[in-house]
Amino acid sequence: MKKKRRLVIRPLRILKHLILILVSFVSAFPFYWMVSAATNNTADIILGHIAPGNYLLQNWRTLTESGRIGPAFYNSVRNAVLLTISSLFISSMAGYGFVIFRDKWKNRVMGILMLSMMIPPAATLIPLFRMFSQMGLMNTVLGFMLPSVATVFLIFMFRQAAQTFPQEIVQAARIDGLGEFRIFLKMFIPVMRPTYAAAAIVTFMNAWNSYLWPLVILQSPEQLTLPIYAGSFRGGYVLDYGAIMLVVTISTIPMLIIFFTLQKSFVQGILGSVK
Amino acid sequence: MTTHAARKPAGLERKTARKGWLFIMPAVILIVMMSFYPMVEAFLLSLQTGTGNNLTYKGFANYERLPKDNTYAAALGNTFFYLIVQVPIMLLAALVLAAMLNDRRLMFRGFYRTMIFLPVATSLVSCSMIFLQLFTSNGLINSLLLNWGWITEPIPFLTNAVYARIVIVVTMLWRWTGYNMVFYLAGLQNIDSQVYEAARIDGASAAQQFRKITVPLLRPIILFTTVLSTNGTLQLFDEVRIMTEGGPGTGTATLSFYIYRITFERVPRFGYAAAMSFTIFVMVAVLAFIQMKVGESKQ
Repeated sequence: MKKKRRLVIRPLRILKHLILILVSFVSAFPFYWMVSAATNNTADIILGHIAPGNYLLQNWRTLTESGRIGPAFYNSVRNAVLLTISSLFISSMAGYGFVIFRDKWKNRVMGILMLSMMIPPAATLIPLFRMFSQMGLMNTVLGFMLPSVATVFLIFMFRQAAQTFPQEIVQAARIDGLGEFRIFLKMFIPVMRPTYAAAAIVTFMNAWNSYLWPLVILQSPEQLTLPIYAGSFRGGYVLDYGAIMLVVTISTIPMLIIFFTLQKSFVQGILGSVK
Repeated sequence: MTTHAARKPAGLERKTARKGWLFIMPAVILIVMMSFYPMVEAFLLSLQTGTGNNLTYKGFANYERLPKDNTYAAALGNTFFYLIVQVPIMLLAALVLAAMLNDRRLMFRGFYRTMIFLPVATSLVSCSMIFLQLFTSNGLINSLLLNWGWITEPIPFLTNAVYARIVIVVTMLWRWTGYNMVFYLAGLQNIDSQVYEAARIDGASAAQQFRKITVPLLRPIILFTTVLSTNGTLQLFDEVRIMTEGGPGTGTATLSFYIYRITFERVPRFGYAAAMSFTIFVMVAVLAFIQMKVGESKQ
């Protein structure tokens, strides 16, 4: 009996590892190639050269000579950081408010807000563009931020988290004479740090990657962001593949750092939001 | 509220409840201004025709034009092609991978998970650029196949409509499978491993365990990821704009791409574009509704 079981399980194990190795390879290879191509020149890349080369500095010089990589990086960081901070603040405040001050009317409001998840950004693009150009918000950080500062996804996530926050703490703090807003700032935010971390990753990633809205609202060259810069190489006459891949690599590094330092809280926060 | 509650605390509670609106209002106002109001505006716009800002009300003229617009039909067809091909393959692959990685005794488990999650770190523009370089006529895939002598001339991955659609699907699969897998892995951690132990003792095969335990217990998360991916795919834009510009012809164009085109790349026809946007809204709403009904009824 025991012998038979071993015979059945072992080939399955090996098959499982083979599948996982194959999938890992397919996942990692384009990634490896992105970094490797950033160190090669166009001729080698076209010839199918896979190993890293020694053109990294030259590619870097090509980028810095155009003078756009620095500002694009700065704009991307600034936009994403500002959006993440304000979005976390406003959405968590709402999520907290829906739970701690629960009543029938607020539940109805939440129900209506949930409907906005059905509204695709592509559908509101044109009205928002017209509204923002009338309000003089073109080419401003505020214009970039406003449509995604308050999202139902985040409010929902914080609402779920707030349900695990003990009401007794709130009541005790009230008796001690703490104002409602102070209770939120001094008690809720520190306790909910894992949820904030997960929400920050999701928001930062979306802001960092966003392409369509910046393409519409941030049309001036001074407001250039990394995705738009990377995308702009597409229509060029002579494509410098090495330089392109260096831009792509540079715009990926911050996300990599964030993921691997905060991976645990990302999964935790996601778990909390789907429960 | 219970009848035992004394009057004063009840009054106090109402007072604090009122303060609660201050916490909620900023978000509510923003969502109304940035989502609901533009949606109404889009509908009003869709009833007007003209170019630029010279618009006049023409009833449902824009909607009547839609069925006769070949580009719209092509974009609609492509969008549904991506939806029907990509979403099921991706979610099934993510589920199977998550089920494989859920085994605590599996060697190199963390390594596999990290590798499969890696693509999520690239932005959609970055991953489109990478796959553009991989599959372009003088890109890596063609170079390697030529070097190895497997083909004699480059495969037109991005200039043949069918190939190009498949390359876009492959790009999306690469970027999103690991992302969805993390949701399932997180969900699987909530399932008691004793359930699987018991099934194994009863002689259930791996496939049976997957069908009878994993899928049913993950149903809420599967529903959640299905709605998210459907919504995302219906709005597909970045990959198409970067990799093919909708081409060859209209071979890979999506609805979002076409809307962007007629709004920002030629003489803007806001009314017509708004009518098209509104059809996306209706489709997203209907599909989400159906998916939720299906998800509930099987529970």
